[in-house]
Amino acid sequence: MFEKFLQTLMDAIAVGSLYALIALGYTMVYGILKFINFAHSDVFVLGAWISFSGAIATGWGAPGSHAVVARWVWGGLFLLTAAFVVATVVEFALKRARGEGSFHIRQTRYAGELALMTAWGWAAMALLQASRQANSAMGLKVVSGFLILLCAMLTCGLVGFTLERVAYRPLRGAPRLNVLITAIGVSLFLQNAGQLDHMFGTRPTRMPSLLPDHVLTEIGGAAARIGPDGSEIAPSRQGVQVRLVDVIGAGTAVVLMICLDWLVFRTKMGRAMRAVSFNEKTAALMGIPVDRVISFTFVLGAMLAAAAGFLYSMKYPGLNQSAAPVWVLLGLKAFVAAVVGGIGNVRGAMLGGMLIGLIEFFGAAYLSTDFRDVYVFGLLILVLLVRPSGLLGSTVAEKV
Amino acid sequence: MSSLHDKARQLRPGIGAATLSSAWPVLGVVLLAVALQLVIKPLLSGVAGGDFYSKVILDIGINVVLAVSLTMVNGFTGQFSIGHAAFMAVGGYTGAGIVYYGSMYAYGDPAARAGALSTMLTDHHPGVLFTGGDALYVTALVAGGLVAAACGFVVGLPSLRLKGDYLAIVTLGFGEILRVLIQQSSDVSYEADEVRAAPLVGLAQLFERPRADWQAPVWARLGGPLGFSGLPFYTSLFWVFTVTGLTLLVAYRLKQSTFGRAFLSIREDEIAAEAMGVNTTRYKVWAFVISAFFAGVAGALFAHTTGVQLSAQELGFQKSFDIIIMVVLGGMGSISGAAIAAAAVTMLPEILRDPTKLVQWFPGILVLTLACAIAAWIVRAVRGVTAKPLWAAAGGGAAVIALTALGYTAVVVSRWIGHPLDIKLGDYRMLIFALSLILMMILRPQGLFGVREIWDKALWPKAGRKG
Amino acid sequence: MPSDPAILEVKGLCKSFGGLKAVQDFSLTLRKGDLKGLIGPNGAGKTTVFNLLTGVYKADSGVALLQGRSIRGLRPFRIAAAGMARTFQNIRLFGALSVLDNVKLACHVRTEHTMAGTILRTRWHYGEERAIDARARELLTLFDLADRADEQAMNLPYGDQRRLEIARALATGPTVLLLDEPAAGMNTQEKIELRELIRRVRSEFGVTILLIEHDMGVVMDICERITVLDYGVIIAEGPPDQIQNDPKVIEAYLGEPTPAGGIA
Repeated sequence: MFEKFLQTLMDAIAVGSLYALIALGYTMVYGILKFINFAHSDVFVLGAWISFSGAIATGWGAPGSHAVVARWVWGGLFLLTAAFVVATVVEFALKRARGEGSFHIRQTRYAGELALMTAWGWAAMALLQASRQANSAMGLKVVSGFLILLCAMLTCGLVGFTLERVAYRPLRGAPRLNVLITAIGVSLFLQNAGQLDHMFGTRPTRMPSLLPDHVLTEIGGAAARIGPDGSEIAPSRQGVQVRLVDVIGAGTAVVLMICLDWLVFRTKMGRAMRAVSFNEKTAALMGIPVDRVISFTFVLGAMLAAAAGFLYSMKYPGLNQSAAPVWVLLGLKAFVAAVVGGIGNVRGAMLGGMLIGLIEFFGAAYLSTDFRDVYVFGLLILVLLVRPSGLLGSTVAEKV
Repeated sequence: MSSLHDKARQLRPGIGAATLSSAWPVLGVVLLAVALQLVIKPLLSGVAGGDFYSKVILDIGINVVLAVSLTMVNGFTGQFSIGHAAFMAVGGYTGAGIVYYGSMYAYGDPAARAGALSTMLTDHHPGVLFTGGDALYVTALVAGGLVAAACGFVVGLPSLRLKGDYLAIVTLGFGEILRVLIQQSSDVSYEADEVRAAPLVGLAQLFERPRADWQAPVWARLGGPLGFSGLPFYTSLFWVFTVTGLTLLVAYRLKQSTFGRAFLSIREDEIAAEAMGVNTTRYKVWAFVISAFFAGVAGALFAHTTGVQLSAQELGFQKSFDIIIMVVLGGMGSISGAAIAAAAVTMLPEILRDPTKLVQWFPGILVLTLACAIAAWIVRAVRGVTAKPLWAAAGGGAAVIALTALGYTAVVVSRWIGHPLDIKLGDYRMLIFALSLILMMILRPQGLFGVREIWDKALWPKAGRKG
Repeated sequence: MPSDPAILEVKGLCKSFGGLKAVQDFSLTLRKGDLKGLIGPNGAGKTTVFNLLTGVYKADSGVALLQGRSIRGLRPFRIAAAGMARTFQNIRLFGALSVLDNVKLACHVRTEHTMAGTILRTRWHYGEERAIDARARELLTLFDLADRADEQAMNLPYGDQRRLEIARALATGPTVLLLDEPAAGMNTQEKIELRELIRRVRSEFGVTILLIEHDMGVVMDICERITVLDYGVIIAEGPPDQIQNDPKVIEAYLGEPTPAGGIA
């Protein structure tokens, strides 16, 4: 019994921390723009698939698989950059047409930096692949794993930036339902773009494992007890294996969350984010570059989602095609985590993610696997009915 | 101020006049539906691809019902439901259960026993209009609606406490829970004897999987994850048109009444609405109940449509999103807008499936546009508005045709370019759909008509000024 | 007049938000046909009093009787049905609805509609809709808004919006009408017309009016009695000329006189 409990707990924490990572993206965007970014879970899926592309590109895939995808990794990067350039040019032209003076370099500069970093990341991976081909015996798995994580995060950050700039910014101040529909549109776009033959295709695939993996320690368990007559008194029990891959996964998630917490509560940018979330207009009057803060939030959320995508594909290597219901449900649960924790509240999202992980896995282990989604949504409804704005959320009374 | 009561008594029309003006639209809808079924359907089945057309018409009708019913919650009342497909599922499964197990019980097999009004088969020419199978089907439609309405009541209750996005999330959670529950139900029973001998077992056993020594109660065997298969197809042009017409009629009548104004006032400003005496909770729950009722009926229609597999996955929250898209594109609170958007959204992916066949859609689009223009003109003429808007309507029609032509040219050109690159346009249909959705939101955020209707004077400011 | 029973009787109404005592021990009596002003510096708690009376906020303690019936703790729509209507300081019209529909909606509490009747369109439904329409148009004519009946409320000019709010409040058929800064944002001419309008409303509809207003010209001209609030406490009560000379009121508005005779 103890082993089962421990095993469930470990699984719950491993998946819960991923929920939390995704939930952070939902919650940050909601906190600032007050809308549910339904496309966020698709960024997470994109993160997983880009990690896969990266793994193939660096040569960790099954033989013969890398040639096709690697080309399209570059193609995808190229497309993204092109989309970004086009968006920038269009914005420039629009501003010119409206006579709003010269183009503001500062706002886009940091996107440029991001693009540059992404390009460098991919270039580093190319180098890595070259070195691997030169000496295939060299075990560079961990390094490439780390690089792939970084590249996935950067690329998704760029995607997040582009989405905000192209789809959401024109709708700033529009009715919330409109923004929501736009988010659904973006989500549809990402899902179906991922399904194209030229992107990731419609077939599920298997993520090569990139993290080192061995059993760190085994807790509990016992050998079979044999009675004096040679018969088995008690059967042997399997102990709980603490695997390195799980520890690294959960550890990375926790480290990222600590970094984010530090960023939001201890840095100037974090203060700006909180200010914009509190009152956008006043923040703008106080000299906070609201557009930049919002872009930054999107990039940050997308990066965390990408990291979650990478870690998820490490734990569950079977990758479904980008529009599969499994992904949708996963994203939905992360969203539920954000709401349960109190949407708009960064620490709430972390709490909610863990809570959802625990409820799901313990429910599945001790009640019935069939109803694991029911526990999650049941918890959601229960929490909302008792605390209408989530566990750590706060309500703002409307002024009459 | 009892004067309002007295005045209302004074101003009551005569019984004859009241009955007439109350009943003629209903009669009109039913007669048109009969005409559609008995005249248009045989004509369509003679045309090449006619079956496809009638299938598209069925889909459009069902989606119009769904979009218009959701308009009552999301559009009129401004509550935010993203679990509409769940009500559809409730209605669909209730209806399916009644029709399937009812047929099994009564006839021993689930084959369709349809009269002329409820068949879509081209080679099936029953002599009678209405049979016992039809009676079962009508029961299923109504029961589907009622059970869904009951669920709507339950889901509407949290709206007393929750606002905006949070309510939306609860409706979504409800839908997901329902989906899981349906997926856990057991396989459909194929044995008539088993059905006839079925004991009524308690609710607790509803979702038990069949074990060796125990069988789930027959009425709880809904097909599980594979879906409810083997349903007879009763949904015909007649039923779809009748339900669509009645839904539109009810929505229109509600909007033009004290109820409609109360709904809209809640959307506009809940605090002011309360201060003006609107019991906001009561109306919110009403909106959910009415909306769920029609969604349930639409679900029952959907379940018995040809080429459809009733499954919980099909009616998940992505379906809800589809319906929301229709509502928002049409304009929040516009009945005609939601209906038109529903038709467009249903057709668009079909058109995009093979855009080069766009030419085949030309006559259909032309006829539809003309019909809309004429209908709008008649309604406006009846309402005593200037006749000038005929030009506006004609202009709108011309614009639609021009756009279609433009789209066609674009398709031809892109095919010409795309061919050497080995790009299949069909693969990009959902991408184009998604992009047009985003563009629409950016370029016309209020949707097609906003809160107005197509026949409203204020919708055509320029035409009005010219007149 | 004093022999009339009180229409609205409020005693010891208190409300605090967290540590802030927004309204303390507020008492007020309105008799039929009264036109009373409620004034005070910004943040004195005037609008909070309105919100307490109309049920937007729940009072912590106290008594509020409308025609002898307790309205404390009732939901706002019940209070509206009981006969108290209000306007809002920051205009809260139903923007996307037409001017006519705004007024029609407010007839709501006096109607006897049912869902079945609405869907089936019974005789009664037709009669009632006609009655509502007639009544709403009557009110719009009185408020000089009849020719704008079909416009969306949000497209009206500011002054018209204020008047529409009063018309809408009257459509609920109130016995007590609470007006929250009806003159705010109006120009001089509009203010003069507004005074006439308020007097006419009182005489034609027989309503009792409680008025919050910052424009002293308006208040002193039309109100028979005035209550002055400061920091949630009533500091003066009486006819306008008495209020104008009350040292406490002057102090509340202008600050304490300093020894040098200036203003702190």
